[in-house]
Parts: sequence; structure tokens; C-alpha cells
Amino acid sequence: MAASREDRVIYLDNAATTPCDPRVVEAMLPYFTEHFGNTGSRNHRYGWEAEAAVDTAREQVAALLGADEKEIIFTSGATESNNLAIKGVAYMYEKAPAGSGACRGHIITTSIEHKAVLDPCKRLQKEGFEVTFLDPPADGVFTAAMVEAAIRPDTILVSMMWANNEIGTINEVPQIGALCHARDIIFHTDATQWAGKMPVDVERDCIDLLSLSGHKLYGPKGIGALYVRRRKPRVRLQALVDGGGQERGYRSGTLNVTGIVGLGKAAALAKAEMDAEGQRLLALRKRLESMVTSQLDHCAVNGHADKRLPHIANISFGFVEGESLMMACKELAVSSGSACTSASLEPSYVLKGLGVGDELAHSSLRLSMGRFTKDSDIDAAVASIVKAVRKLRELSPLYDMHNEGIDLSKVEWGHH
Amino acid sequence: MAYGPKIIDHYENPRNVGSFGTQADIKTRRDVGVGLVGAPECGDVMQLQIKVNQENGLIEDAKFKCFGCGSAIASSSLATEWLKGKTLDEGLAIKNTQIVEELALPPVKIHCSVLAEDAIRAAIADYKTKNGIATQAEQSAAH
Repeated sequence: MAASREDRVIYLDNAATTPCDPRVVEAMLPYFTEHFGNTGSRNHRYGWEAEAAVDTAREQVAALLGADEKEIIFTSGATESNNLAIKGVAYMYEKAPAGSGACRGHIITTSIEHKAVLDPCKRLQKEGFEVTFLDPPADGVFTAAMVEAAIRPDTILVSMMWANNEIGTINEVPQIGALCHARDIIFHTDATQWAGKMPVDVERDCIDLLSLSGHKLYGPKGIGALYVRRRKPRVRLQALVDGGGQERGYRSGTLNVTGIVGLGKAAALAKAEMDAEGQRLLALRKRLESMVTSQLDHCAVNGHADKRLPHIANISFGFVEGESLMMACKELAVSSGSACTSASLEPSYVLKGLGVGDELAHSSLRLSMGRFTKDSDIDAAVASIVKAVRKLRELSPLYDMHNEGIDLSKVEWGHH
Repeated sequence: MAYGPKIIDHYENPRNVGSFGTQADIKTRRDVGVGLVGAPECGDVMQLQIKVNQENGLIEDAKFKCFGCGSAIASSSLATEWLKGKTLDEGLAIKNTQIVEELALPPVKIHCSVLAEDAIRAAIADYKTKNGIATQAEQSAAH
């Protein structure tokens, strides 16, 4: 059945996942059927072919980060990378043994990390580590000074995302890295939204551990990497998966050769095209934000004005609710900070953390552009959003009340 | 969220959207009962209004506005349809489960139907208060 006009959806959810670049798929294909060997097979051609492909990919990923290829561990994705980095460091560098009752070590992170960082930290908390979750300022940008104020003598690890996945705000990662190095604290950054979009130099940026994911940079799903610094300082991790000792013992399991080849190719493409693509995406984002905010009142672009990724726009709309807004923009594939899209009924913890009012936090859209987003997609998206917000405001009792001068914060709302 | 066709229909073509006047008007109009339920921070606010024919006591018109998800909008839209032509007592007999059934609301959206039922009750109570008619709660309290 041919796709009807109704079915054509503009994809603006590239922060959730990106399509595989056809060049990536092309690079991967021979490794499914022709060169299908196991890198562990050291004594025949199939194994050598696979190993050579993995070596190339490792160099490609290392080159994206300014790292040495020996410092790249392939994982199943950023969630696994984050788990390995955080738990691996905590268990290796603990100050007191489990069950001793003493604090096993102090970790600093933020309250608006991805769940793949928050949850490992919460688990460590239960196991006897102490964790400081820094709350964001209103612009969402964490500074080195905020981290410095939280450092204790027993701090072993700082884990800070490079850029936030919901609002795209960019933290002071190089400065925080330098601070950690000066204090002999290991520094991990979840660079899932950053890597492949923005430049990384693990030396210049003082990074000890860095997580990235293939499917956010036009590679396949199910593959990611963890950069682990080998010198100054040499970072050691306790492995979470035991077995054949692959990936220098940090991550046992037969290597996902096709995925690794895809990630390598994706990293190489991202590096080659980063400058031009970054500028193009930034222009798209600015255009989107200025068109929306000039056509609608009571809407706000969330996060710092400039310190944001080029491809993520998060906009809150007053007096409308997020899920109905997404329903009204049915020709757009976007993400909402809305409660109702998840089962939880809670507004986005990231936007709440920023102090965005509940009414606004209930109605925000995250629009994330990508390599395949065109100018005309932005025009169509803006038209759709503006129409939807106007329609929903026609329906909104809150908009009426506001326009009649009623202060919504002073109304006694029923609670149930 | 994948919704059934009835929710989508009410969402895309909501019935009886509007108000019988400004906020100040509807507060004072004695033939209008207003129910405002929910809270912005919970993501749902419904404003349901009934206009009652003072001669025969029938709800001759109903209007709504809703800040909320698709299910909340559909539930309140449906409520206005059902209220028209009913007596106050018949209006009070509308149950959230009927709304759930009619719209095929998914389980996580049942609270939207509860809110619609609350809005109906609040609108009828407001009308009764404005017109000096004892509400059920007051009647039972008096006994």
C-alpha cells in the first residue's frame, strides 16, 4: 500500500534516535554474510577479517574523540557504557569495603542526567556510596564552580553529561574535567547527545571516561562505546560482565562486529562532516525557534540562550497540555516533556529541575533536527505547531482565565 | 498513545466548545452552572458549564473548555453531549464508567473520565447553590 499523505510524518526526534546513514549500512552489510567471523578466531582468515574490521572501527571512534584506539571499549550502547563507567569506577576505587558501614566513596552527578546515569548512581547509594545530585540553575548549565563546591575529600568520581538530552544545554565539561584532574578525581561524561555533533578532544577536555551511542550519530542501535583513559591517569574499572575477557577484560562477550563496523563508519562520517553540519543544524534550530516565538505568545525556549546543542530545541507553550499538543501535531514525530505520554503523570523532571512552571512543563515539545532534516521540514513543523497551539488555546480554560486577568497561581484548584 | 476512533473524533471535532460568557458573567448568571475541576500542575483542567431552562428544569445547553490530554478533551466533549436535554438528576446519574465504555479509554486514562464526572457534579452543584436548591450532600447532612 502506498503511503498516503496522512502517513507522511516529519521526523524531528533525532535526539531519541537517528536513522542509519545509508553509507553506514553499506559498510556493515558484508560483515553479516561474507566476513562473518568471530574476532576471537585467531587461527583462520574469517577471524582475521573480523578483527581487522574491528581495529579499523576502533581507530575511527578513537579519532572522533582524539583518543588512542586502545582506549575504546565497545559496548551495547550508552546505557551500558554509563553503567560500566560509574559502577566500574565505584567498585574499583571504593574507600571502604561493602558492609563496613563506612562511606564507600562519594560521587557527584546532577539531578537531570539521563536515567542510565541516575539509576546506577541510586543503586550505588543503596550499596553504601554517597551521591550528590546537583540541581541545575534556571539556564540548565552546570559550571565547574558548582562541582567544586560539592567536592569532598572522599569524592572518587564526577559524572556529568556533556549536553542534556531534553533541552540540549551544554555543561562546562572541559573546565570540570580540569578541576577533577587537579583534585585527582575521575571524571566521566555521558556524551550521548554530544559525540559526533560537536568536537571532542579527550586530552584538551580532560576526560577520563566518555560514553557514546551508535544510534544517535546515524549508526545502528545496540552498539556504543566507552572511552577509558590509559595514561595520566590510568583509569581502571571493575568489569560488570565476566566471560571470555574481550575488550581488555572490561566487557566480555563476542564482539558485535557488524555494529562495530557501523559505529566506526558513523564516527568517521560525523568527524568529516561535523563543521558544516553543525552550522547547518544551528541555522535550522534558530530559524525554528524564532519562527515559533514570533508567531505565538506565551511560549519559551528552555535552557541557556547560547550554550545549547545546535540540533535540539525545547519549547514550552503556556495554557496547552503536551499530549494533546502532540496529537494536534500528528504530522510531526517529536517528543514531549508531557506527563501523559508516559504512564507516570509527572511532568518532565528535567524541566521541573530547571524551575519551569508546572503549566509550562506540561506542554513542552522537544524538536531535534538531524542530518536528513530539510529547511522545508522546519517550515512545515512551525506551521503545524502554531496551528495546533492556537486550536488548543481556543479550547483552554486557562488561556481564557489568563486573558481575563485571572492569576492562575491564585486560583484554588481541586486536587485529586 | 494509540487512541480509538471515538476519542480521536471528539478530540479533532470537539462538541460544544465555549463558555456562556466571561468568567465574571458565568459566576453571576443564575441559569448557568459552572464546574471547574482539576489543576494545571496535574495536567488536566476542565471547565464544564450547563445552562438550565428555568421553566422546565432541563439542561438546555452545555459547553466546555479543557486543558488536558486527548482523553480529557474527549471525555469533557462527550459529557456536554450527554448533558443536553437531561434533568439535573439525570445529569448526576452519568457515571465515569459510561464515559470509559463509550470512548474506549485506555486504563491509564480512566482518571480523565473521573474528572469529567467531577466536572458534571460540580457544574450541577454550582447551579443548585446559585438557585438555592439543596444539593444531595446538604440534604443528607440535614437528615
